[in-house]
Amino acid sequence: MKPAPFAYRRARSLEETVALLGEHTDARLLAGGQSLIATLNMRLSAPSLLIDINAIGDLDGIAHKGGTVEIGALTRHAQAEHSETIARHAPLIARAMPYIGHAAIRNRGTLGGSIAFADPAAELPACLLALDGEVDATGPQGKRTIKAGDFFKGLFETALGPQDVLTAIRVPAATVDTRVGFAELARRHGDYAIIGLAASARAAGKRLADVRLSFFGVGSTPVRARLAEAALSAGAIDAKRLDAAVAALDLDQHDDAQTTAAAKVHLAGVLLRRVAKQLLEART
Amino acid sequence: MSDRTLDISLTVNGEPVHERVEARKTLVDFLREDLSLTGSHVGCEHGVCGACTVRVNGEIVRGCLMLAVQCDGAKVETIEGISDSGEVTDLQTTFEQRNALQCGYCTPGMIVAAQDLLKRGGVPSRDEIREHLSGNYCRCTGYHAIVDAVEAVAQTRAGGKQ
Repeated sequence: MKPAPFAYRRARSLEETVALLGEHTDARLLAGGQSLIATLNMRLSAPSLLIDINAIGDLDGIAHKGGTVEIGALTRHAQAEHSETIARHAPLIARAMPYIGHAAIRNRGTLGGSIAFADPAAELPACLLALDGEVDATGPQGKRTIKAGDFFKGLFETALGPQDVLTAIRVPAATVDTRVGFAELARRHGDYAIIGLAASARAAGKRLADVRLSFFGVGSTPVRARLAEAALSAGAIDAKRLDAAVAALDLDQHDDAQTTAAAKVHLAGVLLRRVAKQLLEART
Repeated sequence: MSDRTLDISLTVNGEPVHERVEARKTLVDFLREDLSLTGSHVGCEHGVCGACTVRVNGEIVRGCLMLAVQCDGAKVETIEGISDSGEVTDLQTTFEQRNALQCGYCTPGMIVAAQDLLKRGGVPSRDEIREHLSGNYCRCTGYHAIVDAVEAVAQTRAGGKQ
């Protein structure tokens, strides 16, 4: 199918974008467009105006400063995938990057767009939650910061207001004791996951502390498995503790078109074992 | 400038192009319908199949997930330009020799995506080739022969024997 007609405007500044969003209540922001244009083509979305924000300066770039890694909203997946700063200081995002779409998609898709779109089966929202990251947004009242735990509200629903523009995401820079893990299962490499898991932790001797397990593809938002986190943090990791963590997974699953609830619960355990192994590896 | 039709200027296969387009027109529809460059194919129209793969400013993109208006000022290359320049002659020949196509619908996208991998140099592993082509569907299911062809070209370019 072809998109329904819409008007197109290339915004030159954040202020102009916020104002345009105020004037056109059904306008949509065009960043990488790799989800938006697909929904336009299928007429799942039919806005009257597309506001192209790609020409706004200062919205891309990756910077390591003050113990955090800040990634501009318009940073393309391919930029992050090949970034030395991401590889060294945000290793979870580096691990997730090759799973996001395909090379041609990663050349266009943006990190900010992926977070703002909040697809429950997407990798980056789960990474942001696992890392306890945050996002910057600019709206009519100026700039504010929203923690990942407060950002994802529901299916494709975030804390962003109708006139807000997500401008950057920030995650804590990895330290020597940071451990991360990432795994997902998809029918074809690059497709949306049937289920996936992004995790971070702190190595403390033979134990793991501050374990954060963020599953995606299991609900309307990324979901933390808090009981399994507690089980993994309770002592030195051995086969028994891993079994206990898997048994503690309390994901509320329902059958969907592709996968039964029982299969998803089983796969969650498979992923937890794979990711736990990664969390126990020394940082390279 | 808020309108449903806009004027754009870009370079397509090295030639300057000035056209008035509807904002809603995707890049691949613009190339096919307005410029009669029908080598880029329209398959799924939502970014899954890769038949519409073209290069914009040197990078491969989905022609169905970019709007023509977004290409104002851009350098666009299609399979027509990429094959005319001789850049992928060895890929085309080897696809034919190795039976890496049956109906041919996916082939332009496959060649553009494969060249994107090969121009980085070196000989990628079969797994790397499969991963890089994972965004391109072949519904005749000839993937094995496609990977063979891409691997053979990589080896030849690297100076080895085919």
